[in-house]
Amino acid sequence: MTFVIAAPCVADYSCVEVCPVNCISPGPQDPEFQNADQMYIDPRQCIGCGVCVEVCPVAAIYSADSLPAKWRHYTEVNRSYFTQRTNADDIS
Amino acid sequence: MTFLRVAVVGSGPAGMYAIQHLLEQSLFDVDIDLFERLPTPWGLVRAGVAPDHPEKKLIADRLFRFFLKRDNVRFFGNVEIGSDISHDELTASYDAVVYAVGASDDKPLAIPGERLPGSFSAREFVAWYNGHPDYRHLQFDLSGPRAVIVGTGNVALDVARMLTLPAPELARTDIAEHALEALQASHVNEVIVLGRRGCQQAAFHNPELEELLHLDGVEVQIEADDLLPPERTDADWDTRRKLATLIRLQARRVAAPAKRIVFKFHHSPVALIGDTHVTGVQVQTHEGSGSPGSGSPGTIDCRLLLRAIGYRGSALPGLPFDMQTGVISNVAGRVMDGSVPRIGVYVTGWIRRGPRGVIGSNKQCAAETVGCLLADAQAGKLSHRTDDPVAQALTANQRPVVSFGGWQRIDRTERQAGAARGRPRIKQTDIGELLASAAR
Repeated sequence: MTFVIAAPCVADYSCVEVCPVNCISPGPQDPEFQNADQMYIDPRQCIGCGVCVEVCPVAAIYSADSLPAKWRHYTEVNRSYFTQRTNADDIS
Repeated sequence: MTFLRVAVVGSGPAGMYAIQHLLEQSLFDVDIDLFERLPTPWGLVRAGVAPDHPEKKLIADRLFRFFLKRDNVRFFGNVEIGSDISHDELTASYDAVVYAVGASDDKPLAIPGERLPGSFSAREFVAWYNGHPDYRHLQFDLSGPRAVIVGTGNVALDVARMLTLPAPELARTDIAEHALEALQASHVNEVIVLGRRGCQQAAFHNPELEELLHLDGVEVQIEADDLLPPERTDADWDTRRKLATLIRLQARRVAAPAKRIVFKFHHSPVALIGDTHVTGVQVQTHEGSGSPGSGSPGTIDCRLLLRAIGYRGSALPGLPFDMQTGVISNVAGRVMDGSVPRIGVYVTGWIRRGPRGVIGSNKQCAAETVGCLLADAQAGKLSHRTDDPVAQALTANQRPVVSFGGWQRIDRTERQAGAARGRPRIKQTDIGELLASAAR
């Protein structure tokens, strides 16, 4: 079961620092971080350990099956961040 | 030198992340004194984040609070640097001083009538509804049917939501009592949001825009020529997501809407109208709008106008200020007199880089600032101060200083008052009342 970062995220990136498989982006060193309003979890890499849930200071991370209804679309938002962005997105 | 005494000025996210980085390094033993102008900590987490975003406020409980519980961190609330203690006194007492004071002013619209009564910055309105003691006495005219917001950033959307949220929902938040009463009695049923550029250039973020889909009884209208299906644009990922949401908002049917929010993109204000109070705003349309009469002025009647075009930093006595950008002059967080670094004086957060980014942006910012501070300390550039004149002076002149324990007593009082009414807390907004709770 993958974890999903939802609307409360404030881009604190504690999750990026603890993720054992490095599946959360953008990190503070990435160029995308400058304009980022949140972090995203790559569902193709996430091993479902939940360490990120523990460290998130705003409780923004949920397992995909426990997302509150108003944030259910964040499963797709997290996935599409990794699959639907193009090279052009990284420049903007 | 293996020991550092650091003063941090400002207890918002910028200051708290600076403290986190100072606590997490292992090069030096560090003692940190945190100075806060208000009796209460957390800066814009308390006075800026919208009342209906309680998750974001969790950061104080789940992260920042733990830094202030450390034995080597002292909180001095109700102490203003520049009046109670001068910048020079501070630098004479600490090895390093980090200013994290945020942006306390607004970008001007620079149009006639901007200062008419009834015209406010969104910053003032936000501080009012969040119970900031300096703004509790503001009076907003909510007797008319319409309010106009200039700007399309997240603050504009926060303000639009607060003006349209159903009263029972507002009453479940930690909104200040005076604002709850005023908004419950509000006659505003239409909020117009003006954006100079198109909807694809709007400054709001996706989560804030998507929230409008869940506003009960509020209809949202979008007027924009560049509102295209995302697949028909070559816009970036974030913008495509915004377009998809705007189209859903446009298509959403609200049965018997009580209120509505109208986005007028490609529109900007030319002048505010009114003799003794705002009665309307004259607007112009911009290229790309394509609407009939493009470029010709029109007038929107309103008795409340909120300018949400951006915050701006203020100068601090004794520190170099860049008038152009509204920040304390610095390179990577080192305060600069021209090309010469002011040794031992640093800035972080909005007063360093301008009012941009989200709460976590300040963590990366503080990492760089603290990195410079530590590098200067390692290079032996900082003067070592061993006495504690600031704390002595505060004790000597009987200044009512709020300690972390004092803040915890305020916090408990507010939460208990809230629990009795089914609210997260009822904020105390009067300085005297806050000091009394802290001393209890």
